[in-house]
Amino acid sequence: MSLLETHGLTAFYGQFQALYDLDLVVGEGETIAVIGANGAGKSTLLRTLSGLLSAKASAVTFDGRSVGGLAAPEILRLGIAMTPEGRRLFPSLSVEENLQIGGDRRRGYGRWNLATVYDLFPVLRERRRQPGTALSGGQQQMVAIGRALMSNPRLLLCDEISLGLAPVVINDIYAAIPSIKQNGAAIVIVEQDIGRALQVADRIYCLQEGRITLQGRPAELTREAIQEAYFGH
Amino acid sequence: MIFALDTLVQGVLLGGLYALFAAGLSLIFGVMRLVNLAHGDVIIFAAYALLILAQSLGLGLVPAIALTLPAMFLIGYAFQYLVLNRVIGKDILPPLLITFGLSVFIQNGLQETFSADSRRISAYGLESASLALAPGLAIGVMPLLTLLTAIALIVGLNHVFYRTALGRAFRAVSDDPVTALLMGIDTKRLFAVAMGIAFSVSAIAALFLGMRANFDPSVGPARLIFAFEAVIIGGLGSIWGTLAGGAILGVAQTVGAAISPEWQILAGHLVFLAVLVARPRGLFPRRAN
Repeated sequence: MSLLETHGLTAFYGQFQALYDLDLVVGEGETIAVIGANGAGKSTLLRTLSGLLSAKASAVTFDGRSVGGLAAPEILRLGIAMTPEGRRLFPSLSVEENLQIGGDRRRGYGRWNLATVYDLFPVLRERRRQPGTALSGGQQQMVAIGRALMSNPRLLLCDEISLGLAPVVINDIYAAIPSIKQNGAAIVIVEQDIGRALQVADRIYCLQEGRITLQGRPAELTREAIQEAYFGH
Repeated sequence: MIFALDTLVQGVLLGGLYALFAAGLSLIFGVMRLVNLAHGDVIIFAAYALLILAQSLGLGLVPAIALTLPAMFLIGYAFQYLVLNRVIGKDILPPLLITFGLSVFIQNGLQETFSADSRRISAYGLESASLALAPGLAIGVMPLLTLLTAIALIVGLNHVFYRTALGRAFRAVSDDPVTALLMGIDTKRLFAVAMGIAFSVSAIAALFLGMRANFDPSVGPARLIFAFEAVIIGGLGSIWGTLAGGAILGVAQTVGAAISPEWQILAGHLVFLAVLVARPRGLFPRRAN
């Protein structure tokens, strides 16, 4: 059975409709990449799934129950955690506190805790007493991912985790994905870098102007098809 | 020389009372960036509650405070959850107006119920006890107890704020309420908990205010001003700063009073204004980010 499904999911910012009737599926333990140009609705999709934007109850099912329209804290408690776009660390919290707060309200079953997150990103252990925002962009991204892992989510939503980072730093961050998968979490990654997305994902969805224009396994998709779906005609 | 030392010591002791007034205000500002204009009236409300329970119902002071602390927590929680949470977030003005309304409501409600007579909570003679430290230098037991309580309270609040999961959540919500939601933090419940704690702290302030001085339904706003000045002098959102701010305000007032009695309040205000001019963020602002 699939872990998460959306059925005709729509989303609005005021009068502006950002998502049109999305049907997508995330299997248990599956890694999904959502690609698309700026403004295609990728971040809106994640904000809706995480409960920051409202949706019709029946539009999202998680583990067989309708969760559309639940508030973000309830969604987290069910096992969906998100690393938001721009990392959004808490400036008055230290690195360690930023990690701890991710697990304060939910401690799901799994191996993630402070020690295992530090094992995943060893550089954070040395800097754990510093304010989260004193770190480099890449290290902040590691904290943001670790913070989401601390609740041992069943589904991890990653919004633009490579944005604004140097390629070598992006490598370090993507190197953590296999071990996150290995621990059983399904992952939805929003990514502008198509190459990265194709490397890491079991399946991809391409969004354009709030609609799914392409979906499939990376091996089944041709470069031309992706380009067409990404940029339109 | 001993006179100068005495003035300083009495000032710091007075500052303990101002720090008690200010602690709840500082906590609320630190968590939700809101100034509760009814804070002084909440203190007076709690003072009447203590008076009724301790004296009119004859329960005695200790049972009265034991009942008032949790009752004030619940009232603060309910006020935030049912009233303030409806308007908080979008604009700074509506919550401010609501606390102003609460202030008017409490003052008039108390006046209607208890008349304008001034009252006092009996401390079984402890009010007039004092310790002689040196010739010409004696400190009152009650001011000393007030200062020690203020220090204990500030240490306790600081511990909660910086060493517990609750305090982490307070700071996180204050930094970034939206991302706090993603951490599973129900911001509205958390705000209610903060207001509950602030109201309980007001009950502690009320206890010492009521034992040390006469109060009547109209004196709340003046307590708010002292509390507000202590918070601003110490630095917005800084709990330790609030204690220091209270002490500085207390010393300024005692020094003013030593010069001439009518200078007492004015000297406090002047020091407050001087700090605002020289250090608009206060003397010990919370770590700037």
